[in-house]
Amino acid sequence: MTASVAPPDPLDSAPAWHVGLAAHPGRVIAWTLLVIGGIVMMTPLIYMVATSLKLSNEVYDVNIIPREPTLENYKFIFENTRFGLWFLNSLVTSVLVTISVVFFDSLIGYTLAKFKFRGRDAVFVAMLTTLMIPTEMLIVPWYLMAKNLGWLNSYWGIMFPGMMTGFGVFLMRQFFTGIPDDYIHAARIDGLSEFQIWWQVALPLVTPALSALAIFTFLGNWTAFLWPLIVTNDRGLYTLPVGLASFSGEYLTEWELIMAGATIATLPTLAVFIVFQRFIIRGVVLAGLKG
Amino acid sequence: MWRRDSLTIETKLAIRAWLFLAVPIVFFVVIRFYPALQSFGIAFTEWNLLSPARFVGLANFSRMLGDPVFWIAFKNTFLYLFIGTPLSLALAFLIAYYLDQVRFGHGLIRALYFIPHLTTTVAMAWVWRWFYQPPPIGLFNNLLNLADLNAQPFLRSTVQALPAAIAPAIWAGLGFQVILFMAGLRAIPSSYYEAARIDGAGRWMILREITLPMLRPTTVFLVVISSIGFLRIFDTVYNMTDNGAGGPLNSTKPLVLYIYETAFRSYQMGYAAAQTLILFLILLTISLVQLRLMRARP
Repeated sequence: MTASVAPPDPLDSAPAWHVGLAAHPGRVIAWTLLVIGGIVMMTPLIYMVATSLKLSNEVYDVNIIPREPTLENYKFIFENTRFGLWFLNSLVTSVLVTISVVFFDSLIGYTLAKFKFRGRDAVFVAMLTTLMIPTEMLIVPWYLMAKNLGWLNSYWGIMFPGMMTGFGVFLMRQFFTGIPDDYIHAARIDGLSEFQIWWQVALPLVTPALSALAIFTFLGNWTAFLWPLIVTNDRGLYTLPVGLASFSGEYLTEWELIMAGATIATLPTLAVFIVFQRFIIRGVVLAGLKG
Repeated sequence: MWRRDSLTIETKLAIRAWLFLAVPIVFFVVIRFYPALQSFGIAFTEWNLLSPARFVGLANFSRMLGDPVFWIAFKNTFLYLFIGTPLSLALAFLIAYYLDQVRFGHGLIRALYFIPHLTTTVAMAWVWRWFYQPPPIGLFNNLLNLADLNAQPFLRSTVQALPAAIAPAIWAGLGFQVILFMAGLRAIPSSYYEAARIDGAGRWMILREITLPMLRPTTVFLVVISSIGFLRIFDTVYNMTDNGAGGPLNSTKPLVLYIYETAFRSYQMGYAAAQTLILFLILLTISLVQLRLMRARP
């Protein structure tokens, strides 16, 4: 995915009624306050990264810039803990769940938007209803299910609750509804199978929604804590957030190590933001307005 | 293909549709609906996973009524909601209102506010936990010290700990709310503002009579999303308190954390399920209120 296919930023251009107003003192003050506020917003992240590069004798120094920047904390973490493995566990489970959600939610959304059959609305309403069921209400039954079926301490155990989502179905159905039926009829006449029509004709038309769904599913699973905490107690199968929580509890006073661990857990989400910024901002707006 | 000509196109398409939906329907039934119903059943049992579940009627619910820790967690949950939601929405609106008028560096400033929304909650809870440490460790106390102010106990105080735990939650949610408020502001037709200005309306008048009423759908949506978020708070509190216990003295313990402890630290599955039903009812009420408010357009 290159930047050139990025959708236009819905918040990029200021509306016309702003244009007539030139810079006056009030606006300069507002701008300055906004920038200061923005920097304050970033301080936890800045301190996190800065402290992860400090030696332990410097940790309590208010100065941000480390006097002697060091990668010792990262070295320690990778040599003495299982952060590498936890990173891998998080990556594999998040990616697999994302693939599943993107595939199934878009297939379901397409079917519910573009096929006419009896019972369609009932299926849609039923899937929407699942949005009302909070995860917390399901964790006890899920735990029992995982325990009985031997899914505790396995990738599948971490992943199975999230393989499809009511939200994704809703989002994708909204977008597929906007595709003209003519495209689908034309493809049918060309002799494409229904699966091919979905895959080759319809899916490429909803790429922005699809990428937004993929990004949010990935981030949601990467940061997920409660369920992975419950379903894993074998340290080798922890995801990064669970591993970080356990590691931090163990090295409670060694904040430079904890900050290095926190940085490792956070950097991938920031990387995702930098690469997909436009999709993300647009996706938030789309999901918010459609939801 | 010709062999199946006896079926009409409609029937063929319907068969195809059900074929596409087969696996998803199984998933939603087995992983969503069945467990949801099951938790209703478990809520009426006593079950420690070692011996078989025993039906106890409403015992779990009457136990809840007399359980002081449950009520503390219940109260805390609503404290999170009633402090967190108004504060974060007011801040988000203020930022969005001014950021919307900024063109110079708009994208960059917006990113500064939005990035915290994408961070890993657990990691950030630990960063904030460090900030709150007593002197000479924590950043906040070191800053207070530089300003010649008294050190504060923050997470070690039963009074300050809960607000201290709300701060990172507000911080992380702000960017999302700012983005949605700005999208809502942009959706207001500029002709409304022009007309108001021609009529000689001042800034306050425009804000009160046009901007805020037109933003109502966005505001309702954000109030609900934010409320649900605070009612379900867990990651932050678990990671900011000693042994994830919601201390000191349960002063920060939210409902979800108590549910977690009941189910997975003391293995009282029935009692935990009963508590999740209460949480479910609270969340359901909020969702229904939202539907109500969204329909009743002014």
